[in-house]
Amino acid sequence: MSPKARQGLVIFGASVVVLGVLVGAGVALWRDLGAEERAVLEPILNPRLGLLIMIGLVGAGAAAVLMKSFAQDSIAAPALLADEIGLLVGTDPSRRLKPSGSPELQRIAEAVNGLADQRRSLQDDVESRIREARLSVEEERNRLAALMSELNQSVVVCNLDGRILLYNNRARLQFKALSDAPSAAGGGEIIGLGRSIYLVFERNLIVHALESIQERIRRQSSQPMANFVTTTRAGQLLRVQMAPVMSTTEGDADGTVSGFVLMLDNITRNFESETRRDQLLNSVTEGSRSSLANLRAAAEMLEYPDLDVDLKDRFLKVIRDEVQAMSGRLEETANAFADSLKTRWPLDDMHGADLIAAAQRRIEKKLGLPTKLEDVDPAVWVKVDSFSLLQAISYLASRLSDEFEVREVRFRLSSAGRLAHLDLIWSGQAMSTETVMSWELEPMSFAGESSPLTVRDVIARHDGEIWLQREKTQHRAFFRLLLPSALPQEEVVAAAYLKGDSRPEYYDFDLFKQTEVSHELDDRLLSELAFTVFDTETTGLNPSEGDEIIQIGATRIVNGKLLRSESFDQLVDPLRELPEASTKIHGITPEMLVGQPPMAKVLPAFHAFAADTVLVAHNAAFDMRFLQIKEQSTGIRFEQPVLDTLLLSAVIHPSQESHRLEAISERMGVNIMGRHTAIGDAIVTGEVFLRMIPLLAEMGIRTLGEARRASEKTYYARVKY
Amino acid sequence: MAKKILIADDEQNIVISLEFLMKREGFTVCVATDGQEAIDKVRSEAPDLVLLDIMMPRKNGYEVCQEIRTDPGLQGTRILMLTAKGREMEITKGLAMGADAYMTKPFSTRELVTKVKALLDLPA
Repeated sequence: MSPKARQGLVIFGASVVVLGVLVGAGVALWRDLGAEERAVLEPILNPRLGLLIMIGLVGAGAAAVLMKSFAQDSIAAPALLADEIGLLVGTDPSRRLKPSGSPELQRIAEAVNGLADQRRSLQDDVESRIREARLSVEEERNRLAALMSELNQSVVVCNLDGRILLYNNRARLQFKALSDAPSAAGGGEIIGLGRSIYLVFERNLIVHALESIQERIRRQSSQPMANFVTTTRAGQLLRVQMAPVMSTTEGDADGTVSGFVLMLDNITRNFESETRRDQLLNSVTEGSRSSLANLRAAAEMLEYPDLDVDLKDRFLKVIRDEVQAMSGRLEETANAFADSLKTRWPLDDMHGADLIAAAQRRIEKKLGLPTKLEDVDPAVWVKVDSFSLLQAISYLASRLSDEFEVREVRFRLSSAGRLAHLDLIWSGQAMSTETVMSWELEPMSFAGESSPLTVRDVIARHDGEIWLQREKTQHRAFFRLLLPSALPQEEVVAAAYLKGDSRPEYYDFDLFKQTEVSHELDDRLLSELAFTVFDTETTGLNPSEGDEIIQIGATRIVNGKLLRSESFDQLVDPLRELPEASTKIHGITPEMLVGQPPMAKVLPAFHAFAADTVLVAHNAAFDMRFLQIKEQSTGIRFEQPVLDTLLLSAVIHPSQESHRLEAISERMGVNIMGRHTAIGDAIVTGEVFLRMIPLLAEMGIRTLGEARRASEKTYYARVKY
Repeated sequence: MAKKILIADDEQNIVISLEFLMKREGFTVCVATDGQEAIDKVRSEAPDLVLLDIMMPRKNGYEVCQEIRTDPGLQGTRILMLTAKGREMEITKGLAMGADAYMTKPFSTRELVTKVKALLDLPA
């Protein structure tokens, strides 16, 4: 029952009691009188009945008045005091109570202030100790941060769920260059703390790499790393090196993988120079072989005694020519090699059966083409860049399916000494070798994937070969991929494998404690969810009457921290006129909106920015209406849960009059700056929301579901916008 | 009757030696300087053996090899690949394409003669 209702009840009760006592006294007196006495009194009292009732009512009224001031002191004032104390406990420790109300209450307030002072000094003490302890951790962190920012390589650290826990500036720039969204998010819709790495890399790719790392750890390999090369949406080639992050739990000597580090290199350019180098190398080896053959043959011919002079001169000329050609070629390659660094296309050892299983998954998923296995030798290991090779195999399968209506492909794998034969088999109509082999030379593009590489490039990277072969008796044909085989993974370098001790000390982050369980979001703690806090500015208040969003600002909260650097701030062309009156509120003029993208462009970027998070806004129903009205035209739906700081404020402080953003931030001790820009308001809302989380927890509201249910119960939730 | 040998190579400097060598061993010799010409000459001259280079203009040696092997009328033609591509990968591919033997440049002319004779079932 609210303090107000209790106050009313007490006042009403007091009046009823006084009235009851008076009436009771009158009735008791009357009963006690004898018949004569009643006869004497009746004529006296009867005419004065009105006066008696009046006295009773006055008595009740007086009681009510007395009770009201009493209730004010003993119910309303303590309730307010309790609210204030709650604030002091939950938010600003430097806040003090203003003694007011009855002397007793004033004494309580002073006592509470005394306690608060004491708590403050204790807190200061604890804090200073924590600060000392953290300093060394901080130093380590800074060392790592400096190290990472100096790195020429992009580094991203993720936990096992693929959530990004750490990244360096280089990675941010790289992803910004890869982003195809408007500049608003600055790549932030791709990379950001708590975001999923699967937005950038195919999940299978990472899972596959992780599996091979775990396999290596199991085999106690000294270097449990994995490499892969992948193409991005923008057609860039990225080389990725993955290393596991080990965590050692007490009593368990063997570490378990708790996350992974990705090191990224954009090798698009390297790739071109590498190709040139390969050509050079080729010209040296093959060119020299030819020349040597010519030389040797000519020299051996000269040994025949029956040579006429004319022929002898011709053989001698061959020798002179070839020596000169070889010298020239040597000079040329020596110069070309001098200033180029050798970069290598990393090949990974892989179990052949795994490679084929991955190819099957890809072909079936991407192309919808059924696959079957023929003889697959389980003992075969190959040295491959699995991703590009899988791409090449899928690409060939897609051409077969598109152009020759092949309905099924089969795989075969066998060992041939230091080589492995990987066959992609199909049956169906005859096709010319030229047609099929020309596929090798086109850049691979299929089922929405495209790569600047050709099948020939991929095969060349493996130092392999490919050809088409027919099995006439069975009306089948197959591509045979000749790949280098690898020794089964068994390298144990005992000395290099140092358990536990080799763990670098700067991994002392709390980052890896976070693991996502596939619970419904409702059961997740507010303190561990990721939020997108946002605000909009609009042309007016009625989206149904054509008012539009002109600015969206948003920021993120991950792990209880507001990430100002990962924000979204974008003006939007409303494609309609901007009422002058609204400019007074948000300060946005029509000129500022010229050349800005329309909502149809901005909404997808914002949607990506907010993906996988809970939305938070102040008076969220208003902003959500503007977003929802665009669902039909853009096809973009915001289906994630929404929390409203206005409703949450009403949950926390039911007796406070105002739940406007200014009032709440004042109460919560949040400094207001840049208000009435969307991003400014979003940041204030975010700060307020962060301070609400512990206050809600004190009320037993810890999970998202509990917060939503509590919001729904407040008075404000029933107001329809 | 003398056996006929087709030398298919675009490099004049090796053709001159091979031509002299093969003629000296008593073979009839004809020459092709690109892949297409090689196929045409295989059809018109019906050589018993082809000394086939891989890197040739118009059609490479693999293609020539495959075309000869798919023509039922040419099944008797022996093919000896002579090439600067010396890696195991290419040797495997050459043999898969239907070559009878493979020699990597630079080779000994004596060994070449021995191999040619062996392929043609002649006494060494």
